[in-house]
Amino acid sequence: MASTAASAAPTRRDFLYVATGSVAAVGAAFTAWPLIYQMNPDASTIAAGAPVEVDLTPVAEGQVIKVFWRGKPIYVNHRTPKEIKEAEDVNLASLPDPQPDSARVKKGHANFQVLIGICTHLGCIPIAHAGPYNGYFCPCHGSVYDTSGRIRSGPAPSNLALPPYEFLTDTRIRIG
Amino acid sequence: MSGHSTYQPQNAFMKWMEARLPIAGLVHSSFIAYPTPRNLNYWWTFGGILSFMLAAQIITGIVLVMHYTPHETMAFNSVEHIMRDVNFGWLLRYLHSNGASMFFIAVYIHMFRGMYYGSYKAPREVLWILGVIIYLLMMATGFLGYTLPWGQMSFWGATVITNFFSAIPVVGETVVTWLWGGYSVGNPTLQRFFSLHYLLPFVIAGVVVLHVWALHVVGQNNPAGIEPKGDRDTVPFTPYATVKDAFGMVCFMLFFAYFVFYLPNYLGHADNYIPANPAVTPAHIVPEWYYLPFYAILRAIPNKLLGVIALFASIGILVFLPWLDSSKVRSARYRPLFRQFFWIFVAVCLGLGYLGAKPAEGGYVIASQILTFYYFAHFLIILPLLSRFEKTRPLPNSISESVLKAPAKH
Repeated sequence: MASTAASAAPTRRDFLYVATGSVAAVGAAFTAWPLIYQMNPDASTIAAGAPVEVDLTPVAEGQVIKVFWRGKPIYVNHRTPKEIKEAEDVNLASLPDPQPDSARVKKGHANFQVLIGICTHLGCIPIAHAGPYNGYFCPCHGSVYDTSGRIRSGPAPSNLALPPYEFLTDTRIRIG
Repeated sequence: MSGHSTYQPQNAFMKWMEARLPIAGLVHSSFIAYPTPRNLNYWWTFGGILSFMLAAQIITGIVLVMHYTPHETMAFNSVEHIMRDVNFGWLLRYLHSNGASMFFIAVYIHMFRGMYYGSYKAPREVLWILGVIIYLLMMATGFLGYTLPWGQMSFWGATVITNFFSAIPVVGETVVTWLWGGYSVGNPTLQRFFSLHYLLPFVIAGVVVLHVWALHVVGQNNPAGIEPKGDRDTVPFTPYATVKDAFGMVCFMLFFAYFVFYLPNYLGHADNYIPANPAVTPAHIVPEWYYLPFYAILRAIPNKLLGVIALFASIGILVFLPWLDSSKVRSARYRPLFRQFFWIFVAVCLGLGYLGAKPAEGGYVIASQILTFYYFAHFLIILPLLSRFEKTRPLPNSISESVLKAPAKH
């Protein structure tokens, strides 16, 4: 602004301009933050996302149930011994996102496969007991998962995610 | 109508006003005396048609909001309430929902017209880019609006589109949670989408003002693609362009009304009359027809991040069109090879639209991949090469010569 030949070197006034502008910019950023941050999950949404307990006693072998946690469908698949064996015997090198079946179940509870039923591609809900591996099949864009929820073909980049959960007893889990 | 007069206020009040706020003079010089090329054809009426559609969408939208409730438990029922109980509610909602489709039909014709006649070339690059921005805003507005009835397609469309952002490395999940206001698409998502759907049309209106401003600085292109050289090449906007635009608009309204009254749900999906259910994804999920070519591009690429990048790139590349096609000749009339490639490009876009509506399997995926490649090749390979090697036909000396002499065969 005041850059005539006489004041080519930084002056006190230049410093004051820059300092004033900087304070205004920092102030504007602080003011913008609540306007942006308000879009994050609010207290009631977070409270509603508390852990849920699920009793697995009524889930028969071969049955898949769907429960909701944080608005997300959670599949609990009571797998048959045959399905477990198939999931464990897969050649890991052939998988797009290699992960052994044992890393996707809790130790000693391989019969219960618990996973988030949201396709890792664009968020559709895969259909259980469907597709070539009788695992999960996403109808939106054709991603195929096995009974362990591992991606086998289609556009999804990774295996179905696992929710945080623990076994309280042999037939009771807490998700969250 | 002889010559181009400048505005002369007639009475004392208008003289007083003109000295303080020269708005009448602005209107006069922009929409009455404004010189338009004398050879404009009916493809040039779509600018006016688009302005009409924007106004129609804003008016019907404001009225619908008087009866709509943006809440996950009430949104679906409030839309049915509009359809069954509100006086003329069925008409207002069908005008608004079909109006969105009409808006996109008009904008696609407007864009292809610009491509055919080289309307994006110097000095109209900024005019073109403002148009691309308007188109992007329209896509966002259309998507947000489609979410509001909170039917199955609304819910799952919102889920799929917001998940595009989960493809962003590292911060993807954080961004998506922020967009949703929760851990999945839910009531906070609906409410913010409603707010933004109300906001964006006014942003569009603002950019339209810039678009028209830029247009009036550089002047309209025309089918011959050469600049007007004087009064012999132009006619005043009123009555010539005004009446021609009005006639085009009326014809377009007939087309619009046919859909509203006879095929009101033809362009929608039956699944959206099922209330949103977070537990079940519809078996065959497709976006509205106007997004289908981009949806086909997304699905053609078997990698999530690259698919999303290709989708955004397919729109973003339009911004660079003025520099990718550097041929000095604007109009396809005088570019025999370009004209053929233009029509192939139109066919490719329509083909992608067809494939976007098909399930993502087998031959459809391969066809999508071929057409996606061609789509980008058109911009990145064909146009730059054509600009260099095409032998163009001689341009007429002036617009009036191109009109008055035996018209060039095309």
